[in-house]
Amino acid sequence: MSSRIRDRFRYLKKDGRKAFIPYIMYGDPDERTTESLVLLLEDIGADIIELGVPFTDPLADGPTIQSAAERALAKGVTLTKIIRAVSEMRKRTDIPIVLMTYFNPVYKYGTTRFVKDASRAGVDGVIIPDLPPDEAGDFIKEARGKDLDTIFLLAPTSTDDRIKLAAKSSRGFIYYVSMTGITGSKLSINKDLKESVKRIRSFTDKPVCVGFGVSTPAEARTVASLSDGVIVGSAIVKTLNESPSKLKRSVMALRKAI
Amino acid sequence: MKKGYFGKYGGRFVPETLIPALRELETSFRRSISDQNFKDELLSLQSTYIGRPTPLYFASRLTDRLGGARIYLKREDLGHTGAHKINNALGQALLAKAIGKKRVIAETGAGQHGVATATGAAMVGLKADIYMGSEDVKRQALNVFRMKLLGARVIEVNKGSQTLKDAINEALRDWTTNVLDTHYVLGTVFGPHPFPTIVKYFQSVIGREARKQIMKAEGRLPDYLIACVGGGSNAMGLFNAFLNDKVKMIGVEAGGEGIRSGKHAARFAGGSVGVFQGCKSYLLQDRDGNVLTTHSVSAGLDYASVGPEHAFLHDSERVTYTYATDSAALKAFELLSMTEGIIPALESAHAIAEAARIAPKLSKKNVIIVNLSGRGDKDVQHVAKIKGIEL
Repeated sequence: MSSRIRDRFRYLKKDGRKAFIPYIMYGDPDERTTESLVLLLEDIGADIIELGVPFTDPLADGPTIQSAAERALAKGVTLTKIIRAVSEMRKRTDIPIVLMTYFNPVYKYGTTRFVKDASRAGVDGVIIPDLPPDEAGDFIKEARGKDLDTIFLLAPTSTDDRIKLAAKSSRGFIYYVSMTGITGSKLSINKDLKESVKRIRSFTDKPVCVGFGVSTPAEARTVASLSDGVIVGSAIVKTLNESPSKLKRSVMALRKAI
Repeated sequence: MKKGYFGKYGGRFVPETLIPALRELETSFRRSISDQNFKDELLSLQSTYIGRPTPLYFASRLTDRLGGARIYLKREDLGHTGAHKINNALGQALLAKAIGKKRVIAETGAGQHGVATATGAAMVGLKADIYMGSEDVKRQALNVFRMKLLGARVIEVNKGSQTLKDAINEALRDWTTNVLDTHYVLGTVFGPHPFPTIVKYFQSVIGREARKQIMKAEGRLPDYLIACVGGGSNAMGLFNAFLNDKVKMIGVEAGGEGIRSGKHAARFAGGSVGVFQGCKSYLLQDRDGNVLTTHSVSAGLDYASVGPEHAFLHDSERVTYTYATDSAALKAFELLSMTEGIIPALESAHAIAEAARIAPKLSKKNVIIVNLSGRGDKDVQHVAKIKGIEL
């Protein structure tokens, strides 16, 4: 396990706190903003930063993150640039950084080369929504060799054997997708969510963080009470795009709630 | 070979939410195709509803005009709804009913698969929502109205390049959200396992029939099979019955305005291996792994990737892949119309263009079967517009 993510969860556990994991799309609206945002989010109290890698066909994402990806691509953002940027950021911050990317940019980059370059740059983990563990054998092996955490997703439709597989394949934490749906959909907090997290925990001691659809502080508070961490993406991306002056305050409210 | 793979191509690269549904689909599919009742129903509907077997027609005037090999046309254009797409859509509609889903969704490019799915859904009694890029909605207005007449809802996709790939993204997003009560009728031999296998199964009736028909007509197997390749379902459907024979096969991609122009959909000539919309195959992409926009005069071939089994057949050199440009396809569209009285779909016109290119070089003893995958009524307005004719 990457020591930064492991240390963070140990520290949170000792403190009895839950992780706050904000997502931002790298390069939306531009690269400099992203770099200063990472520092701002750290100041506000984010525990892990999820950096989105823009892709032309983000099939797990709703309209908010699709548009953010289009804006970032229009600025010429590439996976290569993001890896280089993380290496620059590492001069100023030690916050755990995970990349959320679709598989094709990584495949095209070359998985071996990606694992080497990303870990050397200071990337702590990777979330690849269209790479289920069944297809990730070689990638997992390579990532283990370089201490790059592979974070796999589980969903409400996941069966017990899939939970075991994702738990075994994940390092850092397990990403539980709160609903059958895409990012930015309306969250419904119900008994199922609680039961699902409980079911995953019956198979593993690894941290379980919940994302997809968490947007208000009240939702964040409830989700935090059920899990080890809360991932907020679309809500932050939307505020950043529509009313950037309110971003700091709204992210602080989320942090406080978790 | 790894399950769900054709050589190194294929796989199941989709979000976790869909994996259980794909596994369930695989199980139900295996169960259904070994169930005699399911097979009987499919067989009976293929004959009484689609109108199978479709004829194998000897195109004597086209053969004379080209002055070489004897050309036969497998008349998928004569099946119900006017294209091979119904073979798969009907099969999957029956499958959806067998699994107990209430609703089907589909993507469509040229509109033929959308029409076929709407038709299958109406016949089986399922609700249908069809995703279509707004660029294609413009190009294929007639098919949009046909889908609506059949009781389907057509959802226009305004994102990205507003063509087939964006319609597939939206259909996958819908499926991810509504996976519990919805079946996704994927229209070609593409996407995550088991779709390439399911679609091949339902389309392979084309080749089985053609094989019997050519044996009857010529007393021997053909020298060449030619089919256009978008995702590649009509080609797979024809080729599959002949893969173990000494028959040459040619898949024809959309050359658009030429490979050098960058405006094309020739994945083998201009692409490289990538992972896109559920599987590993050849893909038109930039060096950072983003997917390029494609161009073709025919909406049905205008797609950035190609079925994984085609990628395998390409690498193993069992099938030769080439392309026809927009202008070659348009010429072939008119050639077939005038010599045979058959207006082909612009997609199928790409296969005709290749036949017109190679037939004159072959002897009169050689036999070619071209898969005439669809009829061209849907393209008439578009072709008129290209020719600057106002209707």
